[in-house]
Amino acid sequence: MTTETLHSRNLERARESLLAPAGIGVSELDQIMGRMLGHQVDYADLYFQYSRQESWSLEEGQVKSGSRHIEQGVGVRAIAGEKTGFAYSDEIVLPALLDAATAARAIARGGQEQTAALAARNGSTLSLYEPADPLLSLEDAAKVALLERVEQEARRLDPRVKQVMASLGGSQETIFVMRSDGVMAADVRPLVRLNVTVIVEQNGRRETGSSGGGGRTDYGYFLTEDRALSYAREAVRQALVNLEASPAPAGTMQVILGPGWPGILLHEAIGHGLEGDFNRKGTSAFAGRLGEKIAAESCTVVDDGTVPGRRGSLNVDDEGTPTQNTVLIERGVLRGYILDRMNARLMGMAPTGNGRRESYAHLPMPRMTNTYMLAGETPPEEILASVKKGLYAVNFGGGQVDITSGKFVFSASEAYLIENGRIGRPVRGATIIGNGPDVLKRVAMVGNDLALDTGVGTCGKDGQSVPVGVGQPTLRIDGMTVGGTEE
Amino acid sequence: MGAIIAKDQETSSLEDLAAQALDIARRQGASAAEVNAGFGRGLSVTVRKGEVETVEHHRDKSLSVTVFFGDRSGSASTSDFRTQALSEAVMAACVIARHTAADPYNGLADPAHLAREIPDLDLHHPWELAMEEAIDRARRCEEAAFAADARIRNSEGASVTTHDGTDVYATSHGFLGTVRASRHGLSCAVLGEDGQGGMQRDYDYASVRDARDLPDVEEIGRRAALRTARRLGARQIKTCQVPVLFEAQVARSLVSHLLSAISGPSLYRRSSFLVDSVDTALFPAWAHLYEEPHRKKAMGSAPFDSEGVETRTRDLIKDGVLRRYCLDSYSARKLGLVTTGNAGGVHNLMVAPGTEDLAGLLRQMGRGLFVTELIGFGINHVTGDYSRGAAGFWVEGGELAYPVEEITIASNLRDMYKGLVAVGRDVDYRHNVCSGSWLIERMTVAGA
Repeated sequence: MTTETLHSRNLERARESLLAPAGIGVSELDQIMGRMLGHQVDYADLYFQYSRQESWSLEEGQVKSGSRHIEQGVGVRAIAGEKTGFAYSDEIVLPALLDAATAARAIARGGQEQTAALAARNGSTLSLYEPADPLLSLEDAAKVALLERVEQEARRLDPRVKQVMASLGGSQETIFVMRSDGVMAADVRPLVRLNVTVIVEQNGRRETGSSGGGGRTDYGYFLTEDRALSYAREAVRQALVNLEASPAPAGTMQVILGPGWPGILLHEAIGHGLEGDFNRKGTSAFAGRLGEKIAAESCTVVDDGTVPGRRGSLNVDDEGTPTQNTVLIERGVLRGYILDRMNARLMGMAPTGNGRRESYAHLPMPRMTNTYMLAGETPPEEILASVKKGLYAVNFGGGQVDITSGKFVFSASEAYLIENGRIGRPVRGATIIGNGPDVLKRVAMVGNDLALDTGVGTCGKDGQSVPVGVGQPTLRIDGMTVGGTEE
Repeated sequence: MGAIIAKDQETSSLEDLAAQALDIARRQGASAAEVNAGFGRGLSVTVRKGEVETVEHHRDKSLSVTVFFGDRSGSASTSDFRTQALSEAVMAACVIARHTAADPYNGLADPAHLAREIPDLDLHHPWELAMEEAIDRARRCEEAAFAADARIRNSEGASVTTHDGTDVYATSHGFLGTVRASRHGLSCAVLGEDGQGGMQRDYDYASVRDARDLPDVEEIGRRAALRTARRLGARQIKTCQVPVLFEAQVARSLVSHLLSAISGPSLYRRSSFLVDSVDTALFPAWAHLYEEPHRKKAMGSAPFDSEGVETRTRDLIKDGVLRRYCLDSYSARKLGLVTTGNAGGVHNLMVAPGTEDLAGLLRQMGRGLFVTELIGFGINHVTGDYSRGAAGFWVEGGELAYPVEEITIASNLRDMYKGLVAVGRDVDYRHNVCSGSWLIERMTVAGA
């Protein structure tokens, strides 16, 4: 399908499912906009959303629970200078929309109500995924059977596997954006994920391992390339490694991070600090540093919403801007910010397609999509061989950052000591802490093995969750603080 | 007070909806069903650097239903309350129940445990807060922060929020309970500059049921400024093993990890470092943690749990010994125990305060680390291993010596609970878990 065909189909579909049932057409949209624009409002938008999601979960060998959720509504936003007025309604009917518009515009000084005389036109979007419906892509019985197979595979691998928890989730979200500059955009967004956690036990010691994946596709994804069962194998492998783990070291040392999901380093250390809102307000440790060298020359980091089928990708963001591949750091130099429309306008920059929101009931903010570092030239074996004593961390749980001080953490769930250039004994999980503005200056080697994560990341900011991706090649960082217990 | 007040329209329409959903479930052949229906509205205003930044009007509703066909169950929810959407949600739950496995532990709470009377816990104090008044309060709060210290040069803003909600829980075996509750907040977060290019941010906030109980807006602003200013010039310390004092607002998280480890699902999955630990001494003998669900106006109060089971004051840790787990009906049946009225969590988990205030605890510690902020998720609930990012102050001679950052603190939760030296009387009542500061005997601090 060409991009234009996809967008016009998505627009058609959004109109049919979101607007038509409420009798809302262009003239009604004009009326709602007019209610806001008469006040001294610079910009306004309407965000219509309809989403269906489901989840199935297995424990103790059986799928015992499942749930389905339907959510719909409209968010109405008016902006005057740096002021934002926001209201929403979970009823898509004209009177409720007009009430929401009245509430939203109250931030601006009054004026004559007018018709907006919108020059309504279709915006452009990308075509990174098909408008699939995950919920209908597999019979319910087959969803249950898939989870059962995952469980059986995990148990088959090792008798020390005592507990398997697996969950399968899918959603389809249809959105329609109407902006005060007349641009209309729509998207139909599928998303699936499968997670497995196992608990293993040996001589009274219990450990855990987790794996999973997903993307903007349907459940067929898990049935191809043996993916679902590979998650089970990976979870078991990690848990068994942890059974042998001894206490992690404490202190500052050389750290090698594996490829893929350890890219959460970039998300926490760099990504959040480069979001436009924090930089416009001067609350980020990176504020005012465009053009400065903030990383080693070997580091180029991008936020790329355009990778086909990825969990963090979007055909168009929640403000109707197509996503793009934005260079954040180019050969060590800070080049760009992650921007939504409001912050871009206030900073005199172009929006980067990063205006995202959890739902119609939340305000859009600049948010990451897929954030990763480009590959370097060194084979990973060479990077390992270069370290005499240090930590090799390959799997991580979550992370967090204080954007003002720049301090960030991320917690290893699978790590090893490095002894004389070789992988040594596994160590227990430990939190690693660093300083965002200088951690990438300590990058000494960049691997040639760039990998993106498997598609399970969720980013939280101001209470809003959105799906994201991360990635990186193997990295050697000279000096990070590892929070183990062994001095 | 005490008068019989006619049910307002909101409550009766939610109760009607719940009854409708139960009725649809019954007609679909469900042997049992439960429904949660809720409605809430609120206003949230943020002022930054003296100017209005956001005004958000909230209005949310949702209904969720779980149906049982014998031992099978399915759930669904919808934010659309029209009859058609309601029917679709119930039917979706029924479809799911056809595919889930039969589980003999499934089902509604035992009628014998249901709350018979629903006490008024004084939780509902709607605040008719006009936008202009909210803006004025937030503005004064932030101004007080800027005025408190010259190093405070920037702000994330001050916010005033109010929320008012009604929640109905109804079951096919005759339980119908409605709780109306309000929640109002005031918060302020500001940034300071140390003159060397370093910035710090900190905040203060209040959260109450009744707006008349809010502290002076200026007080919150001043405290936010002082908390931020005292962090300026923070540095790393060397790796060491020292006593650690957790300020009350972060000590609460240590209680949350305990609660998660003794919750039903963690226990029957054996995914907790505290399996089989009831009747064992987890804490020193003086430690006392108890649940007090019926505290008037408290943030965690609830007359019944999320299955309609009666809540009451009960010990959790007494004489240092774990007396019980936190169970809902399902996990209790699986473990061969009885529900503890903890479906949906605990309700006002109180840590009995000790005799010292914060200054006294600092003197008691003498030399060590005072932690005021924790970041990250480095807790392994299966092993109890604990490793988190921290910021706070180095303490010498019982006094704050200098601010500290970019460090981690690590131990195992079992050792931390055993090594609890004292709990302060500086109780933080802003949440469902209420505790003073915690002094822990020894942890590994990783730094330079």
